[in-house]
Amino acid sequence: MFENLSNKLDQAFKVLKGQGSISEINVAQTMKEIRKALISADVDFKTAKEFTSNVQTKALGQQVLTSLKPGDLLTKIMKDELATLMGSEKSDLNLISKPTIILVAGLQGSGKTTFCGKLALHLKNKHNKKPLLVACDVYRPAAINQLTVLSEEVGVDVFKEIDNKNPVDIANNSISYARKNAKDVVIIDTAGRLAIDEHMMNEIGTIKDQVKPHETLFVVDSMTGQDAVNTAKSFNDTLDYSGVVLTKLDGDTRGGAALTIRSVVDKPIKFIGTSEKMDGLDVFYPDRMASRILGMGDVISLVERAQQQFNEEDARKIQKKIAKNTFGFDDFLSQIQQIKKMGNIKDLASMIPGVSKSIKDTDIDNDSFKGIESIIYSMTAEERSNPTLLNGSRKKRIAQGSGTNVQEINQLIKQFNQMSKMMKMMQGGGKAKMMQMMQGNNMPKL
Amino acid sequence: MALFDKLKNIFTGENKSVKAVEDNKHQLESSLAKTKKSFFEKLSKKVIGKSKIDENDLDDIEEVLITSDIGVETTLKIIHNLEIRVKKDNYINAEDLNTILKDEISNLFNNEDSKDFIVPETNDPYVIMVVGVNGVGKTTTIGKLAHKFKLAGLKVVLGAADTFRAAAVDQISIWAERVGVDIVKQDMGSDPASVAFDTLQSAKAKKADVVIIDTAGRLHNKINLMNELTKIRNVMHKIIPNAPHDVMLVLDASTGQNAIEQAKQFTAATKVNSLALTKLDGTAKGGVVIGISDQFNIPVRYIGVGEGINDLQLFNSKEFVNSIFNN
Repeated sequence: MFENLSNKLDQAFKVLKGQGSISEINVAQTMKEIRKALISADVDFKTAKEFTSNVQTKALGQQVLTSLKPGDLLTKIMKDELATLMGSEKSDLNLISKPTIILVAGLQGSGKTTFCGKLALHLKNKHNKKPLLVACDVYRPAAINQLTVLSEEVGVDVFKEIDNKNPVDIANNSISYARKNAKDVVIIDTAGRLAIDEHMMNEIGTIKDQVKPHETLFVVDSMTGQDAVNTAKSFNDTLDYSGVVLTKLDGDTRGGAALTIRSVVDKPIKFIGTSEKMDGLDVFYPDRMASRILGMGDVISLVERAQQQFNEEDARKIQKKIAKNTFGFDDFLSQIQQIKKMGNIKDLASMIPGVSKSIKDTDIDNDSFKGIESIIYSMTAEERSNPTLLNGSRKKRIAQGSGTNVQEINQLIKQFNQMSKMMKMMQGGGKAKMMQMMQGNNMPKL
Repeated sequence: MALFDKLKNIFTGENKSVKAVEDNKHQLESSLAKTKKSFFEKLSKKVIGKSKIDENDLDDIEEVLITSDIGVETTLKIIHNLEIRVKKDNYINAEDLNTILKDEISNLFNNEDSKDFIVPETNDPYVIMVVGVNGVGKTTTIGKLAHKFKLAGLKVVLGAADTFRAAAVDQISIWAERVGVDIVKQDMGSDPASVAFDTLQSAKAKKADVVIIDTAGRLHNKINLMNELTKIRNVMHKIIPNAPHDVMLVLDASTGQNAIEQAKQFTAATKVNSLALTKLDGTAKGGVVIGISDQFNIPVRYIGVGEGINDLQLFNSKEFVNSIFNN
């Protein structure tokens, strides 16, 4: 029902194909499709409207070079425009003051406490700081415990006053504590609150007035829909925050909220959350986000994900085996397991530019490996480590055991041999070569 | 307990529920009423004296639907149906248009008005498993739900199967204490399926009426975590046949179109059969559930309208549709 943006653009661009230049008539339909696609990515209604009309203005009258299809030209204009909107430079935290005070705010469940833990670890490891985490969420059950557990995990101190129900006091007290104990960054975690809850918004306004933070960060769930515009505005009206943190980006949301927030409050996105683990904090790359919202594929993220999942030690072991020519079906099986660990195959494939369209209708799921797995499981340990043993009668037995036929087994053996050969070729080339192979024929012609 | 009560609606009494509906209505409307002029007032001025809806009116309708997170496809479907009806009926006044539009949206909700869980009086406890992505409000919803069951005189046991997130077990333990129900828990990091197993065993031994299993929030695109959820689900029927009797997916009203993918993946992993829509006391409308209800045929059972113990209400599709236009 909800096709992704690149499919829609491909459809829309069909209208433009074969036109010499971008004219008002041929662009109108395309813009409508782009607007729909942006809205499906959760970009705010008005923002999407403005964005498309800007792109339209820029696109009109542009001569289409003979080597370039109008669709490609339009894609380029659009991506540039989006990247500009998302902010072209990286925005760092201001950490000069001692102590630097960072106030963290947001809706319920956006991931504030987790972010505070991650930020403390980041500042400790990457900036050599001595952070203090401050537990000001006195409302949600066990919120203080949660921050305490995280502080232990990342190895920084936590400031809490269990019996004090006044977050403003706790925040104030934490600053003097930080001064006395030579902490150079104070990270204040606050309770989640709704933008229309006047009482709670006043409370955080007061905290801000009293502790005078050097950075105020607004934490927002990247899956947020149209409400992002209201929430981002309201929090900004009260707090005039200095930056935005976008969480849960390891999900599959297109993250249109990022564009909305950027365009309605014009504040930089300083960090993104990419896992539940404490090291899952990343700086924000505007151009990657632009690609993501447009659904145009993201090779860099794909390679990074692969690197995360593939255990280097395992990889080295396998390399050794290949070198010694002892790579067997067991290793093949563990390779399959690792690929499966990377996530949904279709998701992965759709991260490769140009692929998402072609696999839209094919049903790839992780069950695709089931046949291969059951064949390998039906082999004896000896056969797995020494595939040359597989003769006719053994193949017959395996076929029976795995509910397949001999042809399928022959095919698997053929694939296996090809793969072993390929891996041998790739030896020594490493990741760089692999990336070249992946990018080679699939990069969009921009 | 009388025999005819064997199948009982746990929150009894016709009068009570009528009153509750009125209260719900009031609360939902008041929490969403930051209204100067309702959408239909605006619209009616425009449509008076016209025999068909013009482009601008359609744009306005489209804007209201889209900004409620109803999504492009569902919005187009609603508008398409609206146009057919308007064409057929030839002349239409604003009031009719109002009714027709609300009608068309309500039609997409194939569920009737939601009812509370019906707990059959059998020897085995009725088991509810609660799932969802991170931060949607699963544990809070469980606390409120346990309170509802407790009020109805049922014996409730909670299972703290979120053994992953820091202090998650503490959080649900505080809720158990607050509500005054039993809880089964293990250490952080232990196998959640084993917690679920223990909980059911203990609840069965104690002759509890209801078990609610909390699970760790997880993003639906993480295969391993989704497989873990399937495992938690599957382990339960070893103790109680047919358990879990209900798998409730909790959705955050502020979530956009990604909620559709959430519904899809969680349903694939755990056969979700009801939804709870949380945080409706904010400015978010949660319109994405219209598409979900239409596409997956899963009814919305509850809505969350605050952090208090009583802030869980039955979903009422009419009120929900009305609230979309109250702004």
